[in-house]
Amino acid sequence: MIRSDIIRDIAPILRDQLVVCNIGLPSQELHMIDDQASTFYMLGTMGLSSSIGLGVALAQDKTVVSIDGDGSVLTNLGTLPTIANNVADNFILLIIDNGSYGSTGDQPTYAGQKTSLTAVARACGCENVVECQAVETGTVLQAALDSKKMTVIVAKCESGNIKVPVIPKDPVVIRDRFMTEVARS
Amino acid sequence: MSVSEKIVADFVTNGIEFVTTVPCKQLGGVIDAVEKEPSIYHIPSNKEDEGMGLCAGAFMGGKRPAIIMQNTAIGVTVNTLVTLTQFYRMPLPMLISYRGELKEPVACQVEMAVHTKALLNQLNIPTYHFHKPGDEQELDAILKYTFMCNKPVAILTDATFWGGY
Repeated sequence: MIRSDIIRDIAPILRDQLVVCNIGLPSQELHMIDDQASTFYMLGTMGLSSSIGLGVALAQDKTVVSIDGDGSVLTNLGTLPTIANNVADNFILLIIDNGSYGSTGDQPTYAGQKTSLTAVARACGCENVVECQAVETGTVLQAALDSKKMTVIVAKCESGNIKVPVIPKDPVVIRDRFMTEVARS
Repeated sequence: MSVSEKIVADFVTNGIEFVTTVPCKQLGGVIDAVEKEPSIYHIPSNKEDEGMGLCAGAFMGGKRPAIIMQNTAIGVTVNTLVTLTQFYRMPLPMLISYRGELKEPVACQVEMAVHTKALLNQLNIPTYHFHKPGDEQELDAILKYTFMCNKPVAILTDATFWGGY
């Protein structure tokens, strides 16, 4: 399974949550598979999906799922101590770990070599860290949602990409409709 | 009321409830005052672009954010300011210690100081400079302006303003 297979599998679960989706192909894939107003698509700024998601989670009560990648987490590794030390039980960080920088041509990341992001997250103090295989991602994500505990999921999958169109939406439209969903009672 | 307490009181008056900080000796008093203010969630960040991501999220979650950092951070955050804060039109007051100005004892700080205003100008970021004691009287208006126009706004505070090191 590759990242787009995981996103296709979990799209029905994500539909009812606030989602912050990582720059590049992950956002383009989710946008193509199941565009929702409750998804904040990152059009730029590699590495900040987890930071943006944690900020949303700390500011209000609804559950937030940040979809991130191994390469993006490595870009902003300082996020893991911040997450560990600012517990928001309405926050789930889903790292889709394909061991490569998918959006830029599948160059290998260190997470696909000696570095375990699962071990890093635990060492940073994150209390609920679950590593799973791609096929288990939906089950693990649903369990994390049901637990109502802040959870970091590292879903291991193969590298590879499908052809997807870019997101033509204006950033302010993406932001505005996301904020409308945040405020919806 | 100290200058640091006045700054945080203006934050509170303007509904700021989420503040991220990256430490600077010059802003230590403000960071302490933020930490002591019960209506503000203080979340230290490890790097300023991470902090701007947190602030973007907090804003979309319904809380007014602010970031406190050194001017060296302008060198770190250009991409985030442009592709997140500005591209999505989000407000962000940035209270910045303007290191490398008059009374600066550390030569290396000057190297970033000479680029600070040029970079902010290049990024079309409204920039205010607190140089003399009393300049903080403008902060309330600057914060109102920031949340009116949904832009990142820089407030540079130098050593002369803070009374030296």
